[in-house]
Amino acid sequence: MDAHISVQNLHVWYGNLAALTAISVDIPRHGITVIMGPSGCGKTTLLKSFNRFLELNDTTRISGTVAVDGHDVYAPGVDVTAVRKRVGLLAQRPTALPMSIFENVAYGMRIHQPHLDKSALAIQVQHYLEVAGLWHEVAQRLDAPATALSIGQQQRLCLARGLAVEPEIILGDEPTSALDPISSRHIEQKLLELKQRYTTVIVTHTLRQAKRLADYVIFMYLGEIVEAGPAQQLFTNPQQERTKEYLAGVF
Amino acid sequence: MQRPTLTRRNLGEMVMKRIMQGALVLVMSTLGLIVWTIISRGLPSLTWEMVSQTPKGGFYMGKGGGVLNAILGSIYIGLGSTMLALIVSLPIALALNTYVQQTRWQERIRLMLDVLWGIPSIVYGAFGFTVMLTFGLRASLLAGIVIVALVILPIMIRAMDEVLRRMPTDLTHAALALGTTRFEVARHVVLRQMLPGLVTAILLAFGRGIGDAASVLFTAGYTDRMPTSLFSPTATLPLAVLFQLSTPFEAVRERGYASAFILTILVLVVSIGARWLSHALSRYTIK
Amino acid sequence: MGIFEIRSDAGRDTRPASARHRQDAIAQRWSLRITFIPLIVLGFVAIALIVRAWPILQTYPLIALLFGTVWKPSAGQFGLWPFITGTLWVTSVGVILAVPPSILTAIYISEYAQTRTRLIIKPILDVLAAIPPVVYGVWGLLAVVPFVESVLVPGLSGALGFLPLFASNQPTGFSVLAGGIVLAVMITPLIIAVIYEILHTVPNDLRQASLAVGATRWETIWRVLLPYIMPGIIAAIVLGASRAFGETIAVLMVVGNVPKVPTSLFDTAYPLPALIANNYGEMMSIPLYDAALLMVALVLLVVVFIFNLIAMMILRRFVR
Repeated sequence: MDAHISVQNLHVWYGNLAALTAISVDIPRHGITVIMGPSGCGKTTLLKSFNRFLELNDTTRISGTVAVDGHDVYAPGVDVTAVRKRVGLLAQRPTALPMSIFENVAYGMRIHQPHLDKSALAIQVQHYLEVAGLWHEVAQRLDAPATALSIGQQQRLCLARGLAVEPEIILGDEPTSALDPISSRHIEQKLLELKQRYTTVIVTHTLRQAKRLADYVIFMYLGEIVEAGPAQQLFTNPQQERTKEYLAGVF
Repeated sequence: MQRPTLTRRNLGEMVMKRIMQGALVLVMSTLGLIVWTIISRGLPSLTWEMVSQTPKGGFYMGKGGGVLNAILGSIYIGLGSTMLALIVSLPIALALNTYVQQTRWQERIRLMLDVLWGIPSIVYGAFGFTVMLTFGLRASLLAGIVIVALVILPIMIRAMDEVLRRMPTDLTHAALALGTTRFEVARHVVLRQMLPGLVTAILLAFGRGIGDAASVLFTAGYTDRMPTSLFSPTATLPLAVLFQLSTPFEAVRERGYASAFILTILVLVVSIGARWLSHALSRYTIK
Repeated sequence: MGIFEIRSDAGRDTRPASARHRQDAIAQRWSLRITFIPLIVLGFVAIALIVRAWPILQTYPLIALLFGTVWKPSAGQFGLWPFITGTLWVTSVGVILAVPPSILTAIYISEYAQTRTRLIIKPILDVLAAIPPVVYGVWGLLAVVPFVESVLVPGLSGALGFLPLFASNQPTGFSVLAGGIVLAVMITPLIIAVIYEILHTVPNDLRQASLAVGATRWETIWRVLLPYIMPGIIAAIVLGASRAFGETIAVLMVVGNVPKVPTSLFDTAYPLPALIANNYGEMMSIPLYDAALLMVALVLLVVVFIFNLIAMMILRRFVR
């Protein structure tokens, strides 16, 4: 397997509380990897260890390695902004920045490519809005405040904003949990379209969504990985008791 | 790509962080300098006589005595005005949170209270004095208490209001569901929940009452005698500092610094005490 | 209250329901009224000041009072311009000195400092905000005035004295600058506290949305947080200015109190609050003197009220 992200012996503590214990797992290049498990099992913590969001909380302690293409993102001297440019995040709640629709998409580009001229920027913005399937809805009002969009549109805007800095990896932290069913479908559709080009890692607590999206599954329980493997195999023929119980809806 | 490079962006981050740290150090050291100045100039002149005696004849020319009258006067004014403000503010805060149901009006009244909190105390002082002149009253402890109570009233009401607003209804319901009587709920649950906020508000208002000079300048007046009656003029510590510093005698000014030291310690003790007490009392409250 | 409560209440109160409703209606009406007490007090203050200032407003046109440059009450001249400019100078210098370090410090504490550092610094700032004005005044006398006199006057005025702003026209350190420095230090904890509170109302999602695309913290602050909280920063500055505008005791101890329009940082000043504090209650035999001073109090009240109202209305938008 061609591992895009390789986690080795990762431990995470929040204060004195162990959130992740001895996590070792490989995430394959391209395709959608779904991290699932009951709430509080450490799914989101694992996800946020990939773009170094865990350190935003200063009581967090981390040990172990998370390597993207063989380079540990926690190695000393690594530029955290470069990691985050490479590893995009679609948050749980859609968060439009308090600026226009255009500026939301252009936000990351203005930071990473400050010399991009206005017309090049406009072309890029249109491109990523199209990729996120939002262009036709907002083409006439790019200067409108982004917060005026519906919540489902905002999440697609966030997708466009994330894609605009050209990441290789997209992380999704329950990206549809705040959305209505139709908007959720929309996002899921987009993720399926994009999986040919991006390594996508999604956290979800709904089994059905996991089944719809997953090429590869990581099942977690109480801060540990119980089982990981190709979706087909894990859903039809789980090896561990815990996984069977979870799939059967015992907890 | 993941090499530690000193890009324009990282440099900006570093420089701004240093500038902000510099600002923090500047602010903290300036404030530290104030405390240090007051301690280093006030402490050497501080004697037992200063805090145990009233001014003797010729005190303002360097003769013996102390500022006990002003210390007591300030404490009386602080206590009296805090109590008065408390008595007036409790029903107002309660009414604001129970009967005034339209949030629009609640918000307007809150806005007004916040605006009133900033009115300079010299304005209240001048107002108090002109009213006293109209009715032929002379400066007295009572007048000082009333005017200082007006100064601290808005903050007192707002503090009570915040406490009441944050009172979780679930909590009273939970206690009632356990079979406690309403009196017990009031005594054990509501009071315990309210106490930290209440104590903080009271002590902060008290601190302000002790330290305010502009409002008592005309209303409480000044005297070298101990405060004995509500209706006689009363010395206060801030004014004692001011008057001692305005004399040309070095020895008197030294005692002014010592008086400022006493005032600072008094206010710091109250303020730190408020925080400590509120912290200790809030151990069992629900946030 | 729960359903059981209603029943037990009804059991105890034997009066007819209508009487109890009437009682409730009365309580309702009076409760609404007593919440207006603070406003009524404000009304009283304003009316009393207007009534007592009326004689001078009738004798001289308001323009002549506000812009007159000669203050000689015994000669019937009540020009407030030297005091108004004195207040404006001292307040402006205080605000200009206080704002940059306050904003930077508030951002640092909120966005960069470790939780432990924050838990130490915040209470210290709050406690220092409680120090009485007269203590700041004493510090001003002991530290700021001598510093201005022996360091800033020779230094700044020596080098830049050709500019009117830095000209040295009198030998002491009692000056606009000394007043401004003392005020700056006094309003700094206030401005920091307000900006810090506003930064706290900014949802974390906003910061994370910016960080997630690889922005640095400073870029996040500069491009997202600052535009977002800008009205709040302005409100914080207005609040600080209004506090400085009305501050009496600390300022009057260090500005020299000479009724002359200042033209330089090193000139003396005589701000409006100091005018009241120094003169009210004395020389009451001079006609209109008392009315003039109460008009000054009225000016302070109106200006501070408007400033605070604007600031508080802006801040309301962040709270919800």
